[in-house]
Amino acid sequence: MDILLRKTLNLEHQIDDYLDLVIRGALLFKEGLKCYCTGDIEHFTAHLRDLGAIESSADALRRAIETRLYSETLIPESRGDVLGLLESIDRVLNRTAETLTQFDVEMPDLIEELKPLFMELTEASMAAVESMVSAGRSYFRDPERVRDYINKTMFYEHEADNRGDQIKRKVFRMNIDLSWKVHMRYFAYHIETISDEAEDVCDRLAIATIKRSL
Amino acid sequence: MIEWLFISTGLFLGWSLGANHAVNVFGSAVSSRMVRFRTAAIVAGVFVVLGAVVSGGGTTRTLTTLGAVNALAGCFTVALAVGLTIAWMTKIRLPVSTSQAVVGGIVGWNLFTGSPTDTYSLSRIVTTWLAGPLLAAVFAFAAFKIVTALLRGRRMHILTLDAYTRTGLLAFGALASYLLGANNIGNVMGMFVPAVPFGDVSLGGLLTVGGTRVLFFLGGLAIAVGILTYGKQVMTTVGRDLYKITPLAGLVVVFAEVLVLFLFTSETLEALLLQAGLPTIPLVPLSSTQVVIGAVIGVGLAKGGKGIRYNVLGRIAGGWVVAPIVAGVSCYIALFIVQNVFALEVVRTSSYVITPEVRSELSQRGLDSQPLAQLDGKKIIGSAQFRQTLQRIQPWSEKQMVLLFDCADLDTLVVDTVQAFTQREPLPLSPQQHRSLAAFHGATFEHRWTLDQALARADSSWREPTGTLPRKHVIAFLQLRERLYEIFRIRP
Repeated sequence: MDILLRKTLNLEHQIDDYLDLVIRGALLFKEGLKCYCTGDIEHFTAHLRDLGAIESSADALRRAIETRLYSETLIPESRGDVLGLLESIDRVLNRTAETLTQFDVEMPDLIEELKPLFMELTEASMAAVESMVSAGRSYFRDPERVRDYINKTMFYEHEADNRGDQIKRKVFRMNIDLSWKVHMRYFAYHIETISDEAEDVCDRLAIATIKRSL
Repeated sequence: MIEWLFISTGLFLGWSLGANHAVNVFGSAVSSRMVRFRTAAIVAGVFVVLGAVVSGGGTTRTLTTLGAVNALAGCFTVALAVGLTIAWMTKIRLPVSTSQAVVGGIVGWNLFTGSPTDTYSLSRIVTTWLAGPLLAAVFAFAAFKIVTALLRGRRMHILTLDAYTRTGLLAFGALASYLLGANNIGNVMGMFVPAVPFGDVSLGGLLTVGGTRVLFFLGGLAIAVGILTYGKQVMTTVGRDLYKITPLAGLVVVFAEVLVLFLFTSETLEALLLQAGLPTIPLVPLSSTQVVIGAVIGVGLAKGGKGIRYNVLGRIAGGWVVAPIVAGVSCYIALFIVQNVFALEVVRTSSYVITPEVRSELSQRGLDSQPLAQLDGKKIIGSAQFRQTLQRIQPWSEKQMVLLFDCADLDTLVVDTVQAFTQREPLPLSPQQHRSLAAFHGATFEHRWTLDQALARADSSWREPTGTLPRKHVIAFLQLRERLYEIFRIRP
């Protein structure tokens, strides 16, 4: 039986590794933004570099998984769903890396008063990503728990929306240049979008899980 | 050479069975792309041939008791009519069962030739047509519930489950193919058995294969060719519509099919049940399509009963009634044409005679034979004429007809022990049987039962085994007797 499952187990590990990379990406984003807010640019840059490397490895791993799923005609009934799932999770990781890169490129001057809100927004957005990863993992092993994690993701996505909304309301009532206001709104929007992408993954997961139970 | 022409219709029947029924074995596996068609076709082909050759005897015997189509042209016509019926019904999209069409065809032959239909065998066969799908539904329902309950607690990865399902589909598919070959070879070649056109075949002087096995091997090959040449089309069209189920549900369906086919095919199981003093399950060719449909419904019910299309069920039930009737009628017409237009012998001409001994034997078997006294000494040629003569005296039930035909059949046997003891495949005689048979050298018997009785009186080892013995022994004994009749028979 081991011979029969050896190849399968290897692929299972690859999928787990891929999801681990997404989690690590989210943690790096959180730490990177913390460093940016405290002005520790050296560590911020290091986290950004690590996140870039993780994104590249995740891309390579995803392609390898997709190729094996197709070439070995594995899980024919769920293959389309799994491929769609992996690609939409990849979009979350890409968005995370892209947002942190924008910080490095544009070096926004975060208003001191808004920094705690930016951190809360980041916490909520990354919590949504982590719950999304747990939901994805459950889809593979324990479909009945997917629903719990989807609910958590929705909750954190809503929290991220609220924090983003708070930032935008506050910043547009401040007596500062419009360009600065727009810049702050732009970054709040981008961090928020990561949780929106996580929500999209969960929408896919909900349908895929129903299909698995039929 | 003419034999090949005659059995060609049997091979055609085998081909169409392979083409249409491979879907019941690997349909869900191939249409869901869990197993490649080529892999499925090779596995199914090999196991169908194995099943037909190794275990094909059980269901065939039930078919031959229903009616022994005893002339090669008759077999040809019956198989042709049945094959055409199946092709026509498939074309007009009516679900058709090979088993039911074949039984209809044999009854059609019986009606045309005036031969009696063994109503006991017929009722057993018809009962299993209902029991097969019903049992499959029950097994599939239970198996699906058990599998889902087991999986719920296991937290198995989707890929591990996929690997297990794939292996299961292949393993149970192979088993189902074996059982399909064993169970359905009776349909394809069963009616050729009483008129088997081949002698024993020696393989390099090491192994002798009986004519019936050669027949089964050819039938198995025909089924395998059907799977290889046309199975894919049926699997990807019919399979997709009819068995649109998940691979796991597909596995449960094949598992239920294997169980049901095993119950109605296994001679070993029958022997075990007999030994335990339990009632046996009749060995009957089933319709694998209906068994699978029963199993799919079982899975549907296990999921809460949603999505079962009751109008499809209605059509299937309609097919159960229509198939045997259409096959019977078309067989009757085809036999009429073959006999009267082509002047071919569709039934071996038998003679029947009523004598005081025959009447006394009939009375012993519980039939009031007094009204037959007026026929004493009269020889009647042809089964249809004999039936008419009997009906003129008084109406008889089919059961009584079977008795009358059996006792009155004039089948002259001359005991030739030189021939009997020098067969290429030696007769399995015990020392007592050998001794008692030798004492009858040169004796003549007018009926088969008179030889049976004379032997039984000479030695108890010739008495027909009772029901408590395993069927294997009973069958071996009956086969030995059949071989003796063949050796001693004086052909007109």
